[in-house]
Amino acid sequence: MKTVITASGDALTNQFDKRFGRASWFCVFDDALQSVSFVENEHVTASNGAGTKAVEKMLELGVKKIISGDFGPKGKELLERFDVQMVIIQEEGLSVGDIVERLVVNKK
Amino acid sequence: MDFFFVMRIFSLHLYGNILITSMKFTMPRPRTLRKVVAPPKFTGFKPYGEGEKSKEFIALFYEEYEAIKLADYKLMNHSEAAFLMGVSRSTFARIYEKARRKVAQALVEAKEIRAVYGNAVLDKNWYVCKKCHARFTIPKTIKKHSCAMCASDQIEFINK
Repeated sequence: MKTVITASGDALTNQFDKRFGRASWFCVFDDALQSVSFVENEHVTASNGAGTKAVEKMLELGVKKIISGDFGPKGKELLERFDVQMVIIQEEGLSVGDIVERLVVNKK
Repeated sequence: MDFFFVMRIFSLHLYGNILITSMKFTMPRPRTLRKVVAPPKFTGFKPYGEGEKSKEFIALFYEEYEAIKLADYKLMNHSEAAFLMGVSRSTFARIYEKARRKVAQALVEAKEIRAVYGNAVLDKNWYVCKKCHARFTIPKTIKKHSCAMCASDQIEFINK
């Protein structure tokens, strides 16, 4: 199952981004392969519909779970319709690696 | 005489204007949308043994189904149920009464019941984990009810 974590950069040491549509990078974690890859978000600076476009990207990637700080109204509605699980974490100062680590630990 | 007559007509004219303007603004208040946790699992019910006789149906709104579910299936009292649906207790009572009457009518007149959207807004399934405080949704495709982050089963339903 693929999980996306919104990130502010393309490395595991980068900060976890608390926005969904306007996060600059998406970290894709595959728990079957235990692999991590990064996908850039081209719609960071879009004037509107960044959430919708991000959802389209998620569906393309076949993601089933998204971890972010918050979701916009359009994004929420779409993700709900396509049965994608949304997770909101509001802790301060987390890096992408911390979250991946948590996911790995909890799977065992 | 003439003057009074003119005044009378004039006042009538004024009165009429006021009536018209006041009527223009007597629009009913928009309905608050009733929160529904999940839509009914059926699209309708058909009477058995009636043949194809009745083509008429009764439209049971989602909020009415929810009212019956909360009051008669989950055995909540009206104020609790009203709070969950985001309406006042009296409004809940009205919805519930309407629902019961519709069901009764369908039973007695052997009419089909169909679930219709009505004035409902579907409540999202948001949960909070008591251990790691993450908030998350559980879509239909996931059967396991546990935290998405720490897999703990100490989770609580929140209305968000």
